[in-house]
Amino acid sequence: MRQLLYLVLITNSLNMFGVEHYFVQQDGFAKELSRYNFFTDQQAQIPNDRVFSYSLASALFSDFTKKQRWMYVPEGYQANYRENDVYDFPDGSALIKTFYYDDDSINKKNLLETRLLIKNNGSWKAASYAWNEDQSEAYLKIAGKTIATNFIDQNGETKNVRYRVPNVNQCKECHAVNDEISPIGPKARNMNNDVYYDQVEINQIEHFINSKIFRPHAINEKLAIDWTDPSMSLDDRARSYLDINCGHCHIETGAANSTGLYLDLNEDRKNHLGIYKKPVATGRGSGGFKYSIVPGKPSESILIHRMKSLDPGIMMPESGRALADKEAIEMLEEWIINL
Amino acid sequence: MKKTKFLIFCSLFSLFVSTKDYVINPGPDAYENLQEAMILMNAGDSILIKSGDYYFEDSLSLDVDNVVIRGEGLNSTILNFENQKSGAQGILVTSNKVVLKDFAVIDAKGDAIKVIGANGIAMINLRTEWTGGPKSTNGAYGLYPVESKDVYIDGCIAIGASDAGIYVGQSKNIIVKNSQAMYNVAGIEIENSYYADVFNNKAQHNTGGILVFDLPDLPQQGGHHVRVFNNEITNNNTDNFAPEGNIVGEVPRGTGIIVQANSQVEIFKNNIGENDTVNIAVVSYQLETEDKDYYPHPSKIQIHNNSFGRSGFDPDLDTGDLSKILFSLSDGDMPDIFWDGVLPLKQMIFGQPDEEKLVLKHNGDATFLSIQPIQYMLSIFDPVNRSTEEFENDPSPLKEIVINRFW
Repeated sequence: MRQLLYLVLITNSLNMFGVEHYFVQQDGFAKELSRYNFFTDQQAQIPNDRVFSYSLASALFSDFTKKQRWMYVPEGYQANYRENDVYDFPDGSALIKTFYYDDDSINKKNLLETRLLIKNNGSWKAASYAWNEDQSEAYLKIAGKTIATNFIDQNGETKNVRYRVPNVNQCKECHAVNDEISPIGPKARNMNNDVYYDQVEINQIEHFINSKIFRPHAINEKLAIDWTDPSMSLDDRARSYLDINCGHCHIETGAANSTGLYLDLNEDRKNHLGIYKKPVATGRGSGGFKYSIVPGKPSESILIHRMKSLDPGIMMPESGRALADKEAIEMLEEWIINL
Repeated sequence: MKKTKFLIFCSLFSLFVSTKDYVINPGPDAYENLQEAMILMNAGDSILIKSGDYYFEDSLSLDVDNVVIRGEGLNSTILNFENQKSGAQGILVTSNKVVLKDFAVIDAKGDAIKVIGANGIAMINLRTEWTGGPKSTNGAYGLYPVESKDVYIDGCIAIGASDAGIYVGQSKNIIVKNSQAMYNVAGIEIENSYYADVFNNKAQHNTGGILVFDLPDLPQQGGHHVRVFNNEITNNNTDNFAPEGNIVGEVPRGTGIIVQANSQVEIFKNNIGENDTVNIAVVSYQLETEDKDYYPHPSKIQIHNNSFGRSGFDPDLDTGDLSKILFSLSDGDMPDIFWDGVLPLKQMIFGQPDEEKLVLKHNGDATFLSIQPIQYMLSIFDPVNRSTEEFENDPSPLKEIVINRFW
């Protein structure tokens, strides 16, 4: 066993161009993102060996940024399926997510931040790296950072945004399950979508099982769908959106459990879903309305009011956005009308 | 002997080198310096925020156990959030055995100081204030510990919250003392909580002075064992300015104390008076709920040895149902103490067990009114009872709350 370990160590150190596993295993975070060698070309975001790109059925809204996700699983290890939960990744794994806007003027990406979730000794830690102006490096930002930037929206208009890179505590605010940091996205429910690898369309989970980074498993849970797909049922679209955008806090094990409003995919108690649910400690977040969701009346539903708001004392989610997700709000209004 | 001295010296020395005292001064980098220190600090460390005005655009958060954050006085170190752009509160604490001391949080966009899931939180000589007076656009809570254990609040001032100045929710083992709550909708609110002592406080000029509430459909409910004593609960005559939809929006202007759906609440040695509507109301939770684990009625509420001033001389008939019902039942002759009389149907017919009954003793010449709901529903008998005779039993004092000192 010990010899095997040495062998792994030696081969790892010989592989100069692979991920710097040594840094992944450290207690703290490296000051520069490049230390980890997650990318062969960091600026172009070309992943290194064993850094696998993945996508989610529905994604968290973050001020219209685009996101690219990768997972790094150390050689010889696999992640295990857990029902209704994120995959159980082996120690030494990392989840990497870059937030960017497309900058059409220079036909390039405007990289904002790259977030890391790293697992060691059975627990995850989180941090974010903000990209410098010339996009040559991303630096660890313990206290977060404000980036005043702009992007071109769907209508071709330039929009200014006060983009906030979260601080380490804010990472935990969303990523806490029973007070322990946990990833949010990589659950089987969010990954059972068809994707292209080397121009071949394949089910993503199947692909990862074939690539031996997921241990083979059956899926035994309710699945999320792509909420932007108008061919799907409104209820599935709404519930998938609420699950990935709200359900990590608004779940009985999450940071917002004191509210009694639970929006994860498996919640089926109407009252806890918000239907005719009175607010508890909402304050002016209520907007003068009596219930989280009033079927048929989106304009009287606190949930919609708080999604529309840009006032930090009212808006939901509490952090991670400075703009409103207009398209999703319209979809949810439609859903509430038809409840 | 020498050896002992040497050992003491060593341990003192290691104490000095192993803990760090961060100092924050006003200036353009204050936010980043403070937030970074609040992340990098370790157990045993402290932060001193020097006196001055600090204008912050983003909320602050703390997730380190066993630390102290202190200013140089609640009128000297002022954290001003009037230009806040992000974050749902001024300060968020999510760690254990934290001491916050000697500073003020002003004009936060949401709650001023929220503490969630802490095992040990001490808030000492803090001020939370919305400086524009009572407004529905003010943040909901001043001091807001929730889902916490060992909550110690001492010498704080809470002004202008659009819900509650000092709000302790879904917590256990709580002391709120020597504090002032003014011009809030609710001065001090203990909600869905167990084991609380609320004493030596002033709850004045709020809509309602002190509320002890319990609500359904929450992770912790069945609020009980709350002592409210030696408080000054007067002149709570500010119009209700809570945004609609909130439970406290139902509280009529001029309310001293409301106890709702809790058991084992002891209210004694308070001075309660000059409240427009009613000095004390004991009521059930009236809204529909499908929560089968929830008990909506108050039980074993003891009110004794209080001194009462005037109340009911200018009742607020525009807010909620409480005041309206009371005004019509009493023909305008409002009582000091009101009990709505609502019980489980079985108890309304066969009577309430003695150990659950209201206790009213030694309250001077305070007047009382309760409703007899069966008579009320049949509407052929007078449903009003003004006699305290049935309730004049000797109080059985609740135990004092003790928190092992960590501050």
